[in-house]
Amino acid sequence: MKKYLSFFKLRFAMSLQYRVAALAGVVCQFFWGAMAILAFYAFYETDPASFPMDFQATATYIWLQQGLLAMLALYGGTDAKVFESIQNGNIVYELCRPVSIYSMWFANNLANRLARALLRLIPVVAVASLLPAPFGLMAPPDIATGLLFILSLMLALWVVAAFTLVVYNVTFFTISDRGVRLVSVSLSDFLMGAVVPLPFFPDGFRQFAELLPFSCMENVPLRVYSGDLAGPEMVRAILLQVFWAFALVLIGKLLERKALKRVVVQGG
Amino acid sequence: MLKLYGKYFSIHLKSVMQYKASFFITMTGNFLTQFSVFLGLLFMFQRFHRVKDFSFQEVILCYGVLLLGFQTAQMFASGFKVFDSMIANGQFDRILTRPRNEIFQVLASRIDFVRLGGMLQGLVMFVYGIAQAGVDWTALRVLTLCFMVIGGVVVFSSIFLLDGAFAFFTLEGLEFMNVFSYGASEHGKYPLSIYGKGMLTFCTFVVPYALFQYYPLLFLLGRSDNLWFVFLPLVSCWFVVPCWLVWRLGVHKYKSTGS
Amino acid sequence: MIEVSHLRKTFRVARRDPGFKNAVKALFRREYEEIHALDGISFSIGEGEMVGYIGPNGAGKSSTIKVLSGVLTPDSGVCRVDGRVPWKERVKHVAQIGVVFGQRSQLWWDVPVIDSFELLKDIYKIPEAAYRKNVDELTQLLDLSQLLRTPTRQLSLGQRMRCEIAASLLHSPKILFLDEPTIGLDAVSKLAVRDFVKKINREQKTTVILTTHDMQDIEALASRVILIGKGRILLDGTLDDIRRGGEQIDETIAHLYKKYDI
Repeated sequence: MKKYLSFFKLRFAMSLQYRVAALAGVVCQFFWGAMAILAFYAFYETDPASFPMDFQATATYIWLQQGLLAMLALYGGTDAKVFESIQNGNIVYELCRPVSIYSMWFANNLANRLARALLRLIPVVAVASLLPAPFGLMAPPDIATGLLFILSLMLALWVVAAFTLVVYNVTFFTISDRGVRLVSVSLSDFLMGAVVPLPFFPDGFRQFAELLPFSCMENVPLRVYSGDLAGPEMVRAILLQVFWAFALVLIGKLLERKALKRVVVQGG
Repeated sequence: MLKLYGKYFSIHLKSVMQYKASFFITMTGNFLTQFSVFLGLLFMFQRFHRVKDFSFQEVILCYGVLLLGFQTAQMFASGFKVFDSMIANGQFDRILTRPRNEIFQVLASRIDFVRLGGMLQGLVMFVYGIAQAGVDWTALRVLTLCFMVIGGVVVFSSIFLLDGAFAFFTLEGLEFMNVFSYGASEHGKYPLSIYGKGMLTFCTFVVPYALFQYYPLLFLLGRSDNLWFVFLPLVSCWFVVPCWLVWRLGVHKYKSTGS
Repeated sequence: MIEVSHLRKTFRVARRDPGFKNAVKALFRREYEEIHALDGISFSIGEGEMVGYIGPNGAGKSSTIKVLSGVLTPDSGVCRVDGRVPWKERVKHVAQIGVVFGQRSQLWWDVPVIDSFELLKDIYKIPEAAYRKNVDELTQLLDLSQLLRTPTRQLSLGQRMRCEIAASLLHSPKILFLDEPTIGLDAVSKLAVRDFVKKINREQKTTVILTTHDMQDIEALASRVILIGKGRILLDGTLDDIRRGGEQIDETIAHLYKKYDI
């Protein structure tokens, strides 16, 4: 366990170095968030009765999404070096070390996501909470909700990291990592509610999407925060997060065992 | 020049065909990325039916035109998008030792055929929009539509040129430019007026997206008969001039510092 | 052919002390260090000469080559290559030169070598007849007939280098810059490259400027050697001038480096 903590710490410090990149990212995300909220506002003004969420809760959802982009979006924490080492066979050097590749990648991924998000979250939150209602970021309705949000956020981080490892391991079996990456990013982005929040999905499709692991990444924590997701529905959602957190790790490890066998047999 | 570009083109095509399976998977991924944006749009309109004064079909036409321009620029001006690595690995030095214009060579050095996937999505929306948006087609409106696509290609290519030019000055923080390329293509799916007056002014006078998107769209849909709107997309093409000047400045700096 | 006098080039390099505090300080006020890459370089090279340009890393070799090939503009000094100022008339100038960088490829990676040649033909506007003649000659001299239909990525390093050299000569340049052309090559390929360079210098009267760390290259090819260190020319003469009896060439050079403290 200690060695994975070391991987985590090393990676965390590394990611903190890219300050200018983080600043550029913050500016990007701020613009992006503002445009998205203005677009939702245009729909809201057109027909407020059809709006499925409180408008302030939607704006809050968007700001958190932008602030936490590096943590919860699939590409926010993927490491191009991992794909490279899988493609060019350098993975065999990793196999020579006395560590579990799964745990090492997992620790690295958690660290990447946390460090990058930390650098970006604070400025986005600071600016967004100063904006006038209903466009700004609101505080959670009460402390209990705030705590539940943090719990759900940590579970979401776990789920998205576990899914990233599933994607890493799938690329062992394909010839095009860029393709797998594009497909998995667009699929997960859409189904986690990064393009349009899940409450805006048509009924039927929404219920289906809510069962998938992707809904556990952005949809659940961001809606718990504003109180949009509450009561028994919220409890069910958090339990689903726990389920997927375990299931995705299991799937990832099984895939990895198969993949590494291939590497050993084929010699990279 | 055109013949030479054709040769480059065939070399890139041959290179891509060496990795057919990988190419098609990546292209599918590129299509899906655009498709998910379209799906989001569809979901929003199932619920709301209109946004401000624009119907679903009209927004689809608007988005189709924009995406077609953007994906074309992504495909043909992608050399600028990887320009920082061309400086780092010495490819730009090689370009300078060849007796051809350097912008031409950067353009010719990379053609990102994968973008055909996203272009397909744009094309489908474009055709659907033309048929369904209720446009009363006249020769002048067809001309307007062509100008809109051209304006989009030129403005987005200029942004990539500017993005590449910045690589002469700094290697960090270039992500910022994504707002003006990816950000604009994603948020430009709606006519720019829905974002409010301030944003429309910005998109008219600072980065001229509205000149090839919003104003000519009004003419297309018959909401305005201001003939100037037909030619505004051509005005937006002038945006390439300031971007080109920054590029010149960058090349000058590169030649005097070698980095 | 090449006239260079009092060429100067100074780079300003941002200096930053390590540590977070200094990183913050550097945001507001940067300290620069001046590096004299070229500190008053003068030499002249006649048509058909073959010159070895040597010196340790960071001595100013590549800055000189970059100036001569029109990539870099010097701060001051005069430089004329074939009557032209390289950085003022880049396009006309580079049509007359060929450059081989040993460490990088100029061939397109995934297509057969001949496709790269065809493209270079159009880039350099080589007339069809001259192109045919050059390809035939180069194919014969460098033994490329088996290689032309192979994609570049499938060539060995030695095979690739032969194709690279051919690629830089398709437009019959008057001057050829070779930057470490034998780096990483096996013995057979090295000898082939050297033989070929000697031959085109003799037969086509191509002026050759060669930078290398491999002193056997110099010994085999260059009648004249220019030694550069810390941006200055330290020595300009024939190999026999600098050589002391009974020594290996590497020993001679090491001795020179020590003597000039570079």
